[in-house]
Amino acid sequence: MENTQPDLRGAQDSGFRAWWKDGDPWIWMTGGGVAISVLLVVGLLALITVRGLAHFWPADVVQGIYQAPGDEPMPVLAEIRSREDASAARLKSAGLSVDDGQEIYERLLLRVGNRDLYGSDFRYALNDWLVEREYPETVTVWERLEWGNLIGFLVDVRESGEVVATGDAAWEAFQTRQQRILDLRKEMHHLEKVEIGRINYELERLRLKRRGLELDQKLTAERDAAIRAKEADFQAEYQELEKQLVALHENMARDAIRVEVATGEQLTVPLAKIVRGYRPNAMGIFAKLAFYFSKAWEFVSDEPREANTEGGIFPAIFGTVMMVLLMSVFVTPFGVVAALYLREYAKQGFVTQTIRVAVNNLAGVPSIVYGVFGLGFFVYFLGGSIDELFFPEALPNPTFGTGGLLWASLTLAILTLPVVIVATEEGLARIPRAVREASLALGATRAETLWRVVLPMSSPAMMTGLILAVARAAGEVAPLMLVGVVKLAPSLPLDGNVPFLHLDRKFMHLGFHIYDVGFQSPNVEAARPLVYATALLLVLVIILLNLFAVRVRNRLREKYRALEH
Amino acid sequence: MNQPAAASLSEITPRARLRYLLDRLATGGVTFGGLGVIFAVVLIFFYLLWVVLPLFFPASLTPLAQYLAPGSAAPSLYYAMEEQGEQGLRISADGQATFFDLNSGTVSQTLSLGAPLTAVTEVDVHRGNLAALTATGSVVRFDHRYKLSYPKGDERVITARLEFPYGEEGFAVATGQTLAVRDSDDKLVIAVGDQQSVHLVGYRKSTSFLDDAIQLDEVGRVTLPITGKVDQIIIDPLMEWLYVIDYQRAQLYAFWIKQPATPRLNETVGLTADGVPTVAAGMLAGGISLLTAAADGEITQWFPIRNTEGLYRLQKVRSFADAQGQAAAALIFEESRRSFATLNRSGDLELFHATSEARVAQEQMPISDLVRGSLSPRADRLLVESGERQIAVLEVDNPHPEISWKALWGKVWYENYQEPEYLWQSSAANSDFEPKYSLSPLSFGTLKAAFYAMLFAVPLALAGAVFTAYFMAPGLRQIVKPTIEVMEALPTVILGFLAGLWLAPFIENYLPGIFLMVVFLILAMPLTGWIWFNAPASLRNRVPDGWQPGILVLPLLLAGAAALLLSQPVEMVFFDGNMPQWLTNQMGINYDQRNSLVVGLAMGFAVIPTIFSIAEDAVFGVPKHLSQGSLALGATPWQTLIRVVIPTASPGIFSALMIGMGRAVGETMIVLMATGNTPIMDFNIFEGFRTLSANIAVEMPESEVGSTHFRILFLAGLVLFMFTFVFNTLAEVIRQRLRSKYSSL
Repeated sequence: MENTQPDLRGAQDSGFRAWWKDGDPWIWMTGGGVAISVLLVVGLLALITVRGLAHFWPADVVQGIYQAPGDEPMPVLAEIRSREDASAARLKSAGLSVDDGQEIYERLLLRVGNRDLYGSDFRYALNDWLVEREYPETVTVWERLEWGNLIGFLVDVRESGEVVATGDAAWEAFQTRQQRILDLRKEMHHLEKVEIGRINYELERLRLKRRGLELDQKLTAERDAAIRAKEADFQAEYQELEKQLVALHENMARDAIRVEVATGEQLTVPLAKIVRGYRPNAMGIFAKLAFYFSKAWEFVSDEPREANTEGGIFPAIFGTVMMVLLMSVFVTPFGVVAALYLREYAKQGFVTQTIRVAVNNLAGVPSIVYGVFGLGFFVYFLGGSIDELFFPEALPNPTFGTGGLLWASLTLAILTLPVVIVATEEGLARIPRAVREASLALGATRAETLWRVVLPMSSPAMMTGLILAVARAAGEVAPLMLVGVVKLAPSLPLDGNVPFLHLDRKFMHLGFHIYDVGFQSPNVEAARPLVYATALLLVLVIILLNLFAVRVRNRLREKYRALEH
Repeated sequence: MNQPAAASLSEITPRARLRYLLDRLATGGVTFGGLGVIFAVVLIFFYLLWVVLPLFFPASLTPLAQYLAPGSAAPSLYYAMEEQGEQGLRISADGQATFFDLNSGTVSQTLSLGAPLTAVTEVDVHRGNLAALTATGSVVRFDHRYKLSYPKGDERVITARLEFPYGEEGFAVATGQTLAVRDSDDKLVIAVGDQQSVHLVGYRKSTSFLDDAIQLDEVGRVTLPITGKVDQIIIDPLMEWLYVIDYQRAQLYAFWIKQPATPRLNETVGLTADGVPTVAAGMLAGGISLLTAAADGEITQWFPIRNTEGLYRLQKVRSFADAQGQAAAALIFEESRRSFATLNRSGDLELFHATSEARVAQEQMPISDLVRGSLSPRADRLLVESGERQIAVLEVDNPHPEISWKALWGKVWYENYQEPEYLWQSSAANSDFEPKYSLSPLSFGTLKAAFYAMLFAVPLALAGAVFTAYFMAPGLRQIVKPTIEVMEALPTVILGFLAGLWLAPFIENYLPGIFLMVVFLILAMPLTGWIWFNAPASLRNRVPDGWQPGILVLPLLLAGAAALLLSQPVEMVFFDGNMPQWLTNQMGINYDQRNSLVVGLAMGFAVIPTIFSIAEDAVFGVPKHLSQGSLALGATPWQTLIRVVIPTASPGIFSALMIGMGRAVGETMIVLMATGNTPIMDFNIFEGFRTLSANIAVEMPESEVGSTHFRILFLAGLVLFMFTFVFNTLAEVIRQRLRSKYSSL
């Protein structure tokens, strides 16, 4: 730049030309890059948080008449889910007859519920046409086991077909009777899942045992008789439970309620089909908060209902945790040993440098490639061989020859191995030479130095690596889709049946849950808030893990900085 | 061993020995474990390679047996094999159907078709449906069937039989030398070729509701005069086309016979140039393509396509050359794949695959003077017969003929397509489907996704990195850097879900606003700078240097909001109130809700932290004395940045871009969820695509282990692996060089 005049920086040199020449606009542009990146990050987190947290809030139910021009007026009873502006042209292309004079309409997304009556839970409505709005306190929303929510007014409560309460008393009666159903349901769940589940599991084991003996041609008459006797025992036990179950079912079917929906139609709903009922318009802020937290608790502790679109995500949380734990068991020793070898034992040179670069780059290999490897090598190759050797009695049904918890965690262990190796190596490299030399000078062997001095000092680094690995594994979905994750697992991988931990079982996973419910669900609109809530949970876990790892790493760095001086 | 032993050097105590042993053990253990882990990692690559490599192996043929044709001494007309490859069937001119053991040639059963035959034809090869023309001019429909039984435990016994669905009498048509028959649920068409004419008979078929009896009504019986000699007649399985071929004059007559009563000559095609005679013809599996072999060894594939006037014309699609330039004595077709073999008199057999244009094998048979042959239903046995009725049986190992370099990457002319195309379509409902394994559209989709992601991510990430490393106040940097970096750990499934369910509808609703926002945001930055520059000093002094992003937050938010607010008015005025529809109607640009723009934004967001983090490190690592020297010489900070800092850090920035690119290429969940996953080749930003990784995720679970499809998906995985590995290694090497450069500065 040829400046004829000395440009005294700092002196107020106003004027657009000088400002431009100074490069100031460009600096602002780069600054804008930072601002936009941060805004995107914050905006994304805010979006997930707001939408995820809103899922549990009991929205008010509006009653009104939907008066679309040219159509019959229609009574409506619905929650307003969202509102947005839509141009007349877009509405027209969606098949609505709109007024030509008005260009912008506000469009509401209403949750009308009652899918069994209306065919769909949701409908769009134009704000202007929803008239005579009221918020009656007696409007009740019932969550059901099937067909989604029911929105209407409680007419009466019946026991074995006889009306026992009407009017205001009905609501009281409903609540007490609902509590009874909840207790019965708990009992039934225990019977079905735990007791009968156990018997089925044992029967299956006996069947496999017999088949195994048959294959080995060791099935003698007395062995067969012994198996049969055990089977008969279980069958008898099963009959007994079955009776209890039938009795419970009858007991539950006793009560029913009669409900009037918006259109005036009345329907009878057995209480056995109802999860809970609430009157959002009558709730105060504290009642709503209480409701909110009970819903949130249900979300993390309960099982999914209605093709995963309602209820909780407990099995997915459980599956994720199990998988991550198992993966940690695999990845930690191997990662640490590999790092120890590279840093402490191998001769430093071109080869170790190459290995280091290669390991580093494996972290950048797309995760789906690990999934492909896991499917081919673990599931089909190893699993297939294991089945032939150890589980021939179950064939052609695969035991380990199909995706499962073990293969999924092994696949993710390989995927996260580079993370652990790199972090551990970094920790080892930070230990000052003097510390090692002091230990050796005092007469300790190399192994002793390693075990007593180096490893304890680098343990926070390993911890960091492990946390980062866990955070990565918890969020991975693509490889898991190939090696054992399912949308709905019939049983948890850990239960009361010997051998307790079932490595061959398929499992549910938070990330896959998001994918599945968000994209494979038949009722996406209803499932969407649940997906946001799941996403929020996953993001929280992963960000916390990462922040924790960063903190551990920073503290470690400071510690060794002090040692170096 | 709890306390360090104070052993003197001269005596070696047992404890010292133990310690020494433990030390050696630890060394051995760690070395073994470390090398084991590294080996396991290398295993990934070799395992993928091991699965993929069989795709590129040629076919192999192993002779199994050789014997004189079993059964009668009359000339053979037809050979077939059952599915297990154990039993063979020979039909000879005296009307004998001889079932024999393929490995030994011993006759297991001889059945008679009742009369001497002049021709045998395949009606439906999958079901073993055949038809024969007797010397007296009647056509007999029969099926060869096999029953598997295990009378003695695991030993398999195959019993063969013939069935006559329309009785053993046959349909009286005419005497002749060649025959073509097709039979479906509602139709039966028979064509008998005599010297200079073709007799065509059609029946309507109906099944009685009461007793499942089949009733046939004749709907047409015509004789088609042919100017040349009738050497071969072929009817397609849909019974729409009748091809009559005159070998000597190399002429083909294509008749439209959808109404068998009124056949229409659609066209006459010259099969070869320069009057080279035709020597053989037949139909490929699937019943669409016709193959003709010329005397000079050229084999040509034809199928009918519509021309510009909407008329069907036989199109010459591709040709194959016999390696020795010899005329084929016979063409043999595989039952379900588009593979075929040619035999010639010198005993040479060549195995081709039509779609991939590959010659998968060329082998000298144990016998010469070959005249006839057959491939078993599973294409694992080949039977050839010589003029002296010698038979040779061979085992065929030809698992992946569909794959060639051209089939994977080139334009291929698939059946029923107007022109050669790049297509990926790995499966369909019917078994006769021609698989389309072009990786081009998938690779194109991968690069398209990466391109749009980088288009969004690179400017933001680099600008952000440069500012954070060079201009930003240290206090702010300590907050900003971890904030952006933590996003690297954000599960992509969440980004994909937001992109597909929130961003895609949002963009569709605010399309003009999105484009306005780009302009507004870019303008807002220098504008804010200009206003700030002219702001009163009292205000300016309150904010320390390097806090520009903080000042920019509010203006940027306002600019974004303004763009969204203006979206609907702009759409109303310029785009008839609905921009996606306007694009489709006025500009002819397709608009998918889940399109490349959505993926570009979402995946760009995923890539920003990667690029940002590495580039920021590179810029921050530039030795301070360089920039201070530049500033001291009177350069402005911006000049110093552009002329000194960025050139020094450029290798690091380059490696950041490479690693970001690697991440964008391999990303699966975002593209899986935010596009429609249609494998198209179109650069339109408003349309979707399918990437290699998403394709694996979609198709791998349904793929049969060991099949061609399975191995191709592994190949896609290997391609991704190699691509990212090479990219990352390069980036890593560049980064290490840079590090040593910095330390020397």
